[in-house]
Amino acid sequence: MRVMLGIAAALVAGFAVSNGPAWAADEIKIGEINSYSRLPAFTHPYRKGWQLALEEINAKGGVDGKKLVVISKDDAGKPAEAVTAANELVESDGVVMLMGTFFSHIGLAVSDYAKQKKIFFLAAEPLTDALVWAEGHRYTFRLRPSNTMQASMLAEEAAKLPAKRWAAVAPNYEYGQSAVAAFKQAIAKKRPDIEWVSEQWPPLGKIDAGAIVQALAAAKPEAILNVTFGPDLVKFVREGTTRGLFKDRSVVSFLTGEPEYLDPLKGEAPVGWIVTGYPWYAIETADHDAFLKAYQAKFNDYPRLGSVVGYVTMHAAAAILEKAKSTDTDKLIAAARGLKLDTPFGPIVFREVDHQSTLGAYVGKVAVKDGKGIMVDIKYRDGADYLPSDEEVKKLRPQE
Amino acid sequence: MEFFVVQFLTGLASASSLFLAASGLSIIFGVTRILNFAHGAFYMLGAYLAVTLTGQWSGPLGFWGAILVAALAVAVFGVITEILLLRRIYHVPELFQLLGTFGLTLILQDVVVLIWGPEDLIGPRAPGLEGAVEILGQSVPTYDLFLIVCGPVVLAALWLLFHRTRWGVLVRAATQDRDMVAALGVNQKWLFTSVFALGVFLAGLGGALQLPRDSANHMMDLSIIVEVFVVVVIGGLGSVPGAFLAAVIVSELNAFGILVLPKISIVIVFLVMAAVLVVRPWGLLGRQEGAPRQAPGATIHPWRPLRPPQQIAVAGMLVLAACLPFFAGNYALNVATEILIFVLFAQSLQLMMTVGGLVSFGHAAYFGLGAYGVALAARSLDLPMMPAVFAGPLLALLGAFVFGWFTVRLVGVYFAMLTLAFAQIVWSIAFQWVEVTGGDNGILGVWPASAVGGATRFYWLTFVVAVAGVICLRILTFSPFGYALRAVRDSQLRAEAIGIDRLRVQWTAFMIAGTFAGTAGALFAYLKGSVFPDYLAIPYSVDALVMVLLGGIETVSGAVVGAVVYKALAIWLVSQTEFSKLILGAVIVGLVVLAPEGIVGYLSKLARRIKWPLASKRDPERPAGSSEKIMRPDKEKESAVGFALKPSPAGAGSGGVEAGSQENSPPRMTKAEP
Repeated sequence: MRVMLGIAAALVAGFAVSNGPAWAADEIKIGEINSYSRLPAFTHPYRKGWQLALEEINAKGGVDGKKLVVISKDDAGKPAEAVTAANELVESDGVVMLMGTFFSHIGLAVSDYAKQKKIFFLAAEPLTDALVWAEGHRYTFRLRPSNTMQASMLAEEAAKLPAKRWAAVAPNYEYGQSAVAAFKQAIAKKRPDIEWVSEQWPPLGKIDAGAIVQALAAAKPEAILNVTFGPDLVKFVREGTTRGLFKDRSVVSFLTGEPEYLDPLKGEAPVGWIVTGYPWYAIETADHDAFLKAYQAKFNDYPRLGSVVGYVTMHAAAAILEKAKSTDTDKLIAAARGLKLDTPFGPIVFREVDHQSTLGAYVGKVAVKDGKGIMVDIKYRDGADYLPSDEEVKKLRPQE
Repeated sequence: MEFFVVQFLTGLASASSLFLAASGLSIIFGVTRILNFAHGAFYMLGAYLAVTLTGQWSGPLGFWGAILVAALAVAVFGVITEILLLRRIYHVPELFQLLGTFGLTLILQDVVVLIWGPEDLIGPRAPGLEGAVEILGQSVPTYDLFLIVCGPVVLAALWLLFHRTRWGVLVRAATQDRDMVAALGVNQKWLFTSVFALGVFLAGLGGALQLPRDSANHMMDLSIIVEVFVVVVIGGLGSVPGAFLAAVIVSELNAFGILVLPKISIVIVFLVMAAVLVVRPWGLLGRQEGAPRQAPGATIHPWRPLRPPQQIAVAGMLVLAACLPFFAGNYALNVATEILIFVLFAQSLQLMMTVGGLVSFGHAAYFGLGAYGVALAARSLDLPMMPAVFAGPLLALLGAFVFGWFTVRLVGVYFAMLTLAFAQIVWSIAFQWVEVTGGDNGILGVWPASAVGGATRFYWLTFVVAVAGVICLRILTFSPFGYALRAVRDSQLRAEAIGIDRLRVQWTAFMIAGTFAGTAGALFAYLKGSVFPDYLAIPYSVDALVMVLLGGIETVSGAVVGAVVYKALAIWLVSQTEFSKLILGAVIVGLVVLAPEGIVGYLSKLARRIKWPLASKRDPERPAGSSEKIMRPDKEKESAVGFALKPSPAGAGSGGVEAGSQENSPPRMTKAEP
């Protein structure tokens, strides 16, 4: 009982102390949330990206003469924890805006929190279309090209293939389902003659690759759409290669060209797959060069796609604050709408109509060089070309 | 036809790898009765070590040597774990070993990332087995054929080991009657250690052998652990051939199931388990277990309602807690609200676990149903908060009504695993039924009405509901219903002899616990503003379990303290550090070793020691200091079903526990807990 009282007293004391943030007048605080402990392979490069950008911004005198400070929180891969973290950042740390998140459902949870609390949220990595369309609202903006955008980029390439019989394999959750649906829709517009002969939906992280590969092969498709990634992708590629599934078949694959997913495959990277990704070794633009050099100098490592996303998200946040000349949420929204920004991938703009940035992605083919998977025949696809028109968006997105 | 043969072979290969992972768990449980949650972690460790070693050593000898050495290294690590951690806690209620190995799993998850880095690692393919063989015109990977052989070989080797060696005879004897084996002069300590080492070796081997098919990644432990538990339970606890049979059934059903229903994989093992357990409550090849549960150690210090001084102290704390909004900020209030919700959730589980002796591994189902109930009512039916909030507990009650009917027919681990199966089935429905539940993207915008909106008001609402809920559950514990529930827990035969209907009583308890969990879930939905399938998933069930165990499984309301400590610590750690799992795991392991009776149990023990040192000396019947020290398992009855709570010498064999223990207890004995 006494100890209980002690615990209670300690908790109460703890709350009392943690209450009331210390303000420094020459600082602007940004809250950042991501799945650092759950998905370190993707989020650690992301963190390096925004850290590099933050350093650059503050080296140039910060925003409006004020130093930018990022308070970063882990969400442990759980939406409920992410809301707790967002709440701590907003209520306790007094941040002026939120940014980050990786998983779609966590992005949606934080976005919904932002709507309720009327705080600005710049989503970095979640891919779900719902974030800016079905569940879109004025407080949330998103950087990365969405599911539908990447599907359209891939469908454009896929439509050029002679294949008519298609099969799909995708992880059985919202991302996989909407990626397949968006791809089907996009390719149907260009190629009405295509038919879908098989679909496989392994649970995320638990693919029974042998059985899946057999089932796909049994349908005798001419081409395959793959949406699996991470450990599932490794198993799928190994089983598929051994069982000859990819022989004389085209494969179109989401995200596989990103170093996060391609590099673990090493020399077994599936040659010839048409993929979206980030060929950091082959991009020859001045903007990217500067980023690459700075990144390698600071971290002595090569950037992953997450690094670019983190880097650009941070710069976008700073640019929004700069343009708004205020930390007031409404002014931040006004500033972010139509904001133009130079990135390592080229200029982007945050669209007024749905708050989606026009950041694009690289499309190319997988090859193996020196025992490592790389992308060749790369082309940058500007996101602006793959987004629906304003009229279509107005049908998709609830109007204010 | 050719296709079906090859698909069958593919299923067999998966079955073999599943069996390799599951066999070790089955052996460990069969002998030591430890629910080794860390089995998946050992499996993962085997894969990581194999990646490192195969990178160092080349050639066929290097590869196979690396696989063996990796498995052996994991076994050594397992032995160290057993000696340092498990040996200290064999004597405490069995679930604490689950808690201890859970803590170890958390630690290893972070350690693996620290040592091997966050990226998935891919190992080489097996030399000589890289390619494929043409069978009936279809390519079958040679390595699959190797695995197909490997499973039965391991099964046969285990059979020979258990039936043709002296060690095997001793192990089988210990499985049946540990105390008799000890009485015959066998050193149980080393018997247990060697069994544990063998089990862990098989886990490491299973992980290492995945290398040519899979990458080593830091999520592979959690992706395998539940599945191997399920396989072991379907086969029948402790039955190695049963585990093999179950692995084959599950894998083949999956291999052919996906041809008809491509989305079936996500839930197939749980469907199989639910079906098997409903028909055969002790698994396919398990033996029907003897008379149900024994008196738990707690009954030698019978629970009492709080006495006036304690009531005053608790009331004081409640007043203090009610005043929190006057000196805490919004964030602190939100954290406190969350903690209160988990207090109610954990206490509802405690009613089942402690009072009813019904350990649920799927309590999150009712928490999540509560959350979905309000979310669906608020968003799909557009109801305002006032009626909508009742939809949560109602839906949870409905779930508990249906699932409870099936589950209370089972006992021990089988009961626990059937609750898990139902929870996973509910989860997969929420996950798959996108039109209604939004699937993985959940249901957004479930915010409280403005009358109770805002941190302060919502805190008070939660405070009132949680406190009322905990009080209700306590009143129930000390009501005639609570006594009936305790009676069927302590001695089913005697309880039935005096006219208590076990199934009805336990079913009712199940529904009550489910409803309170649903209430907590409903509040949680409004606190977070959104509802996801996560809320129904295993981590929340495990959280509730950990809270009850931390607080003390032999206490009435230990869960309250357990929930406060665990949740506050977890939130704080996630906020402050990236290695929250490492630290949380270390804290759990530390607590398990230092205070295996849980925080409140430990405090009660201290209080008893301090207050009545003389009383225990005077009483020759009462083991000195504390009787918990020598809680030894009680023959085969215990090994049969003493899963949740082990009997103590004082409690065992006395059905009239209350009366019996009162004779042994000091006159003013009480429990220092809220």
